[in-house]
Amino acid sequence: MTALPMIRTRTLPFVATVAIFLAAYALCVAQFPNMLSTRVLGNLLTDNAFLGIAAVGMTFVILSGGIDLSVGAVIAFTSVFVAVTVRAGVHPALAFVLALALATAFGAAMGLMIDLLAMPPFVVTLAGMFLARGAAFLITTDSVPISHPFLDTLGDLFVRLPGKGRLTFIAMVMLAVFACGALLAHRTRFGANVMALGGNRASAALMGVPLRGTTIRIYALSGALAGLAGIVYTLYTSAGYSLATVGMELDAIAAVVIGGTLLTGGSGLVLGTLFGVLIQGLIQTYIVFDGTLSSWWTKIVVGVLLFAFIVMQRLILILPRGRLKG
Amino acid sequence: MDHDLQGAPDLLAAKSIRKAFLGVTVLEDVDFTLRAGEIHALLGENGAGKSTLVKILTGAYRRDGGTIRLNGAEVSPRDVGEAQALGIGTVYQEVNLLENLSVAENLYLGRQPRHWGMVRVRRMEAEARALLSRYGLTLDVGEALSAHSVAVRQIIAIARAVDLSGRVLFLDEPTASLDAREVEAIFAILRQLRDRGLGIVIITHFLDQVYQVADRVTVLRNGRLVGSRDIASLPRRDLVGMMLGRELADEVDHRTAPPPDDAPAPIRFRDYAKAGKVHPFDLDLRAGEVVGIAGLLGSGRSETAFLLFGIDRPDQGTAEIDGTPVTLHSPERAIRHGFGFCPEERKTDGIIADLSVRENIILALQARRGWARPLSGTEAAQIAERYIRALDIRPADPDRPIKFLSGGNQQKAILARWLATDPRLLILDEPTRGIDIGAHAEIIRLIEDLCARGMALVVISSELEELASYASRVVILSDHRHVRELRGHEVTVSGMMNAMAVEGAA
Repeated sequence: MTALPMIRTRTLPFVATVAIFLAAYALCVAQFPNMLSTRVLGNLLTDNAFLGIAAVGMTFVILSGGIDLSVGAVIAFTSVFVAVTVRAGVHPALAFVLALALATAFGAAMGLMIDLLAMPPFVVTLAGMFLARGAAFLITTDSVPISHPFLDTLGDLFVRLPGKGRLTFIAMVMLAVFACGALLAHRTRFGANVMALGGNRASAALMGVPLRGTTIRIYALSGALAGLAGIVYTLYTSAGYSLATVGMELDAIAAVVIGGTLLTGGSGLVLGTLFGVLIQGLIQTYIVFDGTLSSWWTKIVVGVLLFAFIVMQRLILILPRGRLKG
Repeated sequence: MDHDLQGAPDLLAAKSIRKAFLGVTVLEDVDFTLRAGEIHALLGENGAGKSTLVKILTGAYRRDGGTIRLNGAEVSPRDVGEAQALGIGTVYQEVNLLENLSVAENLYLGRQPRHWGMVRVRRMEAEARALLSRYGLTLDVGEALSAHSVAVRQIIAIARAVDLSGRVLFLDEPTASLDAREVEAIFAILRQLRDRGLGIVIITHFLDQVYQVADRVTVLRNGRLVGSRDIASLPRRDLVGMMLGRELADEVDHRTAPPPDDAPAPIRFRDYAKAGKVHPFDLDLRAGEVVGIAGLLGSGRSETAFLLFGIDRPDQGTAEIDGTPVTLHSPERAIRHGFGFCPEERKTDGIIADLSVRENIILALQARRGWARPLSGTEAAQIAERYIRALDIRPADPDRPIKFLSGGNQQKAILARWLATDPRLLILDEPTRGIDIGAHAEIIRLIEDLCARGMALVVISSELEELASYASRVVILSDHRHVRELRGHEVTVSGMMNAMAVEGAA
């Protein structure tokens, strides 16, 4: 697989992300040897599963040169929707399907608006954010705990890792989403069209990329994955809560950018986003191990990393071509 | 006209094409024929309608009237894709390919070979290599397009267009940013395609290149067809005459400009140049003298002005004012040395549309004083008042947003902006374009006036009569080169046109 479309110069940010993750992990382990265990790794994946899934959708949106601010609100809406319908006696599997359909249609509608009205995605998805959050509040403002044998089965599903770690069901869902996302982005015509949109909209149109269809699909995908993230969040917390995941779309954006995707679109790897998520999770884990640090340090480190990555991307664009080749 | 000189079949024949935008006619009854196996140059000055014609023929615009026949059958492509399917491909000047995608993806975007829905990257790259090898290119097709030079990208764009359509190829300024060797490589490819029977239309500003590669030429002016000719039997002078719309024969000379001054020049540019924009030139500027700059569209006129005013940084050469070397690497520096510049694009680069006339007038003066020493309200009002009266700006209301003034009055306000800084050198790019006749005369009078009061002026204009009436010297540009300087009695309309038609120095 040496012929991935975006290998070479453009993979430098990805390589940097992986290197940062490994270095940070090594530092953590140097201080807390206990952190070197499959248990910590398994938890890292489980605790960040919903963020990771939503971040895959965000990767597509950002690769196309857009942004989706509705993600956190859609997660909250989905979790409340699933919780309330399950309590009303609907089978969870059916509730999942309904929630996914709603979230997908919601994303598709935003994509259509963006293309039809030629509006910046920022504004349209901001409206979508308020809509979804408001709809969640409308259903209920309480935290709705749920329990159902089906949900318990899913919650107990895991693969035992060597050591004491567990790869839970929701962690597996996230890894599967990343695998499918990577194939979709880098191995299909749709993926190439997404990159084309992010590279230069006008050129893409002249080269025959269907702008409207692609835009709708991108936001539908982001909506669907936000819906899936909401379901995973419900499984993770066994509850639905309309005030949950406020501002989580920004964590997703941070994960995408730290993962090496160009914020202006057109270049990046889906797999990079996984490491962007893991870096954020690692910092949180470190803070838990330390026990004295304020958890807000996560935000500070993420902020510093974001700055560093933006500077690095600028430099890669500015440096004369060829200098970084090889 | 000479439709069947060689008896070659018409590949693409457009008849009586009409197009208007918002009631303004941009093409009127234009005929255009392209034969199989020819390279056809489409020429015309700004606003001649050539890009509108190309957009209609390639499906980007719908025509209002007329017929298009391809191989004898009438066609009406509704979009670029449909034109492509008919066999009409286009290579645009800049926005054409996607730099962030690989070479292979650029060639096969939307038609990648697939297996179970997955793109077969290795097969696509093998096909891309095979395709490009026919154009003499061997390169890493998996590398992002941005890693390759503009010339290579242009060849890739041509390869894509020919592969997609294969009968008619339109090229919009394919050589705009290429050096001579790269241009020759592109032309070699075009000739090879022509010999394979393609009809190729090339839009260019470079007359040398027209004579180098084209078989026929069609000239448009003001939305009308001037004519189509075989290039072999068309002298350059006649071609320039067709483009500018003038007969060279009976030129009357109305010179009123003062003779050139041979005193040492206080402002001197030596060997000044920027790669890709303007070739090295020398220029002397003296107080009380208008130096004209003339050339066809795309010959490097505005680029010269940008260099003089520091908007573009020169990459070689020296500038000297009163014997002291200076660096003019930003407009701010140039303003500090007493330069002023009225750009060609008045609406976008000149006026600040929503600010009042007064605010627009004091802008440059305030910029020179720096933000720490603001002009007081009364000072600003006085200055604005003075220039509104002196230049007769109408309506004489300093508080009116400048966007509500006519073009001529906007131009006067911009002149006032610079006059308020009391410049020693004023550079005017097309000062009379888009201005009604009355204001036109006033601007010219103003130019003569400023000159008489001892200001040095550089005026770029495509109105050759205008230059002939007030310039004591005129620098002629061709293909981004200062090819000649006409002095005194040489500055006539026919003199300038002849100089423009002279083959560009190699």
